[in-house]
Amino acid sequence: MSTMAEPTKDKARAGKALSAGARQERRLGWLLCAPAVLVMVAVTAYPIGYAVYLSLQRYDLRFPARAEFVGLNNYGAVLTSPFWWDAFWVTLFVTAVSVAVELVLGMGLAMVMHRTLFLRGTVRTAVLIPYGIVTVVAAFSWQYAWTPELGYLAELLPSGEAPLTEQWPALWLIILAEVWKTTPFMALLLLAGLALVPEETLKAAMVDGATPWQRFTKVMVPLMKPAILVALLFRTLDAFRIFDNIYVLTAGAHGTGSLSILGYDNLFTALNLGIGSAISVLIFICVGIIAFTFVKLFGAAAPGAEVKR
Amino acid sequence: MAEIVLEKVTKRYPDGSLAVRDVDLDIADGEFVILVGPSGCGKSTTLNMIAGLEDITEGTLRIGGRVVNDLAPKERDVAMVFQSYALYPHMSVRENMGFPLRLAKVDKATVDSKVEEAARVLDLSEFLDRKPANLSGGQRQRVAMGRAIVRDPKAFLMDEPLSNLDAKLRVQMRTQISRLQRRLGTTTVYVTHDQTEAMTLGDRVVVMRQGLVQQVGTPAELYGMPRNLFVAGFIGSPAMNFLNASLSAGNLRTPLGDLPLDDGARRALEQRKAPREVILGLRPEAFEDASLARDTGGPVITATVDVLESLGSDAYVYFSAEGGPVTSAELEELAMDSGLRDTGAGTDQQIVARLDAATRAREGAPVELRVDMGKAHVFDPSTGSNLTHPES
Amino acid sequence: MAAAGKTHATRWGVVNVVVVLYALFPVWWIAALSFKDPGTLTDGNYIPRDWTLENYRGIFQTSEFTRALINSIGIALIATVIAVILGTMAAYAVARLRFPGKQVLIGMSLLIAMFPPISLVSPLFNIERIIGIFDTWPGLIIPYMTFSLPLAIYTLSAFFREIPWDLEKAAKVDGASPAQAFRLVIVPLAAPGVFTTAILVFIFCWNDFLFAISLTSTESARTVPAAIAFFTGSSQFQQPTGSIAAAAVVITVPIIIFVLLFQRRIVAGLTSGAVKG
Repeated sequence: MSTMAEPTKDKARAGKALSAGARQERRLGWLLCAPAVLVMVAVTAYPIGYAVYLSLQRYDLRFPARAEFVGLNNYGAVLTSPFWWDAFWVTLFVTAVSVAVELVLGMGLAMVMHRTLFLRGTVRTAVLIPYGIVTVVAAFSWQYAWTPELGYLAELLPSGEAPLTEQWPALWLIILAEVWKTTPFMALLLLAGLALVPEETLKAAMVDGATPWQRFTKVMVPLMKPAILVALLFRTLDAFRIFDNIYVLTAGAHGTGSLSILGYDNLFTALNLGIGSAISVLIFICVGIIAFTFVKLFGAAAPGAEVKR
Repeated sequence: MAEIVLEKVTKRYPDGSLAVRDVDLDIADGEFVILVGPSGCGKSTTLNMIAGLEDITEGTLRIGGRVVNDLAPKERDVAMVFQSYALYPHMSVRENMGFPLRLAKVDKATVDSKVEEAARVLDLSEFLDRKPANLSGGQRQRVAMGRAIVRDPKAFLMDEPLSNLDAKLRVQMRTQISRLQRRLGTTTVYVTHDQTEAMTLGDRVVVMRQGLVQQVGTPAELYGMPRNLFVAGFIGSPAMNFLNASLSAGNLRTPLGDLPLDDGARRALEQRKAPREVILGLRPEAFEDASLARDTGGPVITATVDVLESLGSDAYVYFSAEGGPVTSAELEELAMDSGLRDTGAGTDQQIVARLDAATRAREGAPVELRVDMGKAHVFDPSTGSNLTHPES
Repeated sequence: MAAAGKTHATRWGVVNVVVVLYALFPVWWIAALSFKDPGTLTDGNYIPRDWTLENYRGIFQTSEFTRALINSIGIALIATVIAVILGTMAAYAVARLRFPGKQVLIGMSLLIAMFPPISLVSPLFNIERIIGIFDTWPGLIIPYMTFSLPLAIYTLSAFFREIPWDLEKAAKVDGASPAQAFRLVIVPLAAPGVFTTAILVFIFCWNDFLFAISLTSTESARTVPAAIAFFTGSSQFQQPTGSIAAAAVVITVPIIIFVLLFQRRIVAGLTSGAVKG
């Protein structure tokens, strides 16, 4: 249809028609997107550029007049500091463990929501509460639960134990709080993926003699792969910026501070804008590397890909 | 009610492609006209231009004597039935059917009575308060029809309204649409890709291909006197058989043997200065079981039956003819559209003959077939035109 | 057969109860704390022995909390309205129009969805101080709406893609003007999606903590999550556990109401952008 021989005169006129019709659509598209784009650029792109600029300065908020350009010195200071590396490993550990646990639990939860026939509404509603609840509120609930003399969970421990004041127990509790809060979100994403697995394919696998475990690993997981990867990507990046839970549970004490906590402390406790900005930029780069790795490794499964079609 | 006239109507898309080229069409008041062709032939675009959903690039469109090129759909007073039915999911059946009237600011009592009248005609009375989601496919289709008829518009435009129904329901609805149209006497333009639908429904059928009208005529005209290879191959089921043939001294040398042309055809070919190499088209009913044939004219060929399909009233006999399949752009496109290319039918030419049910042909056994050369068509392979057609 | 069905049902019942308990227990615990009087706060009971509204009365008497509640509601609502309006415009363009730069827009919003907010805290802190919106409502509304825009664009464009646009044509042939077609057919169909998106965006803004503690310094713009965190330090010897618990319950109530009323929509909204559909 679209490829037909036609006189050149027609083609010339067609060229004009193209610009008229398409130009109108294009202008409308730009017009509608412009406000959103402007806001996003102004509030993220510009500040991140500004952060890069600040990170190249010696800039102490107590002595703003003494600000001066110091090149990459701030980065050197951060990257040679044990605080950065401690926070980095803590963040990585919490991210890796909580995302892994969430994936397993979330898959189980998604199966329950997918298969259960009665109380389905109740289960879905209940599961949305951890997602919706304010993180700080949940974090306080966990904190009180583990506080000796106050909490129901602390009572289960030998008396005198205060798990939130020791590094490893505290880290596990942080992970627990994080897992509790975000597993439902993971489960919902996976549930949407489960809905994409055709019932008939599973029946075919059953007839072909696959065990339940084989049906899960050989049929469901491959078909759900896009949903799993999207869920993993979202959750990994989200967990990497963990802040609220740690701030409330331990305030970053006892070697439990994440990178976000470190950045916050440098800015608002040490009042060092230069170092704080350098940390901000470094965290941004880390997130970029994680996102890039996901997209490179899993290619088409990147969330942006779905829109192209 | 009104006549619809298209004069040199052309649609060119912004990317320069031509969807519809110089369509001339005169649709009389109350006529039922079918636009038919393979997907992408421009039939839906033509319909959308009549509805006012797409701009007309060049040419004139008149509805009821008035040029409507630049009128918005709402000012054209035409009703349309969509393939997807396009029912408003947030409105009940009653609201859906009354929507055009309410937009036209008709008073409520009239809306109600018209909707109820239409619902009665379409057997929808008990569903008036349901939402479209709670209706079956056939019921939704009828609601879409109802929404069109309540307005008593100048014309009905239907864009493949039956293609989402299953086969049996489609046949039922086909009859219902036909009856309804006759009763209301409203000018109707109906788009379909199904030639059976086209043949059974229309007063006249317009066959389109690549944006061009191939032939306009009554179903009988299209079937009996196709103007070109495309129309010949498109209309009729099973399709016309095509064979490579060469002309020599009033005879056609074909893979089935030498077949003499009848006088009329011979004269027409001479007049047209037919090339030596031609394509012979024979409809399945141009063959007869020679042992049953009453009239004795016409050549007899012998073929070995590959497959015999007995339908009770008729029997279809499939056999192969040697030599490569006939190739032409038109036939290629038809094969692509109907998916026939994927059947893996091999290189030999498949021929189908429709015989009387009393035939004694058996699979694997030879059968003698008489060919009625009065029903033969001869096509020019380079232009595709039917050389035996009286006026093309 | 019936017996097997019954054990099957029982098993699912147990699983479901476990899931519900898992989801609700921390919420229940903090609610229980909020109704205990200071004397029984440490008794470890799951159900308060003496129910009291003392904690609630206490927090509603301090401007520290009431002011924060007003800030939270106002800031979240305004940010939601703006984000949904801008998001609707952009999502409509993404879903329905062809224009160059669309991929850039999608990529950019994806990037922002993954952005670590801490990276923006230091520059925004400085910029807001310079232009004078630090510790004001706009100072929080602007980052909130920015960070919820990707969510809004994503969810809305998924909803918009589902709308059968044939209906717009049908309405035109039925005699509707373009404005009527939009108002009578498109808006009613798009409304549920817009509403769902608004809920998600509101929850997002309502939840934020990092910006709230970084970009405010006084009661004038501090939202409840930030205010709660500062309750803690107010008295060194008596932990304000009861007040925190009560405040926590108050800001959890709207979330629970949303979840109860719109469970289905929230699920649809959360999962719409994530899976190819």
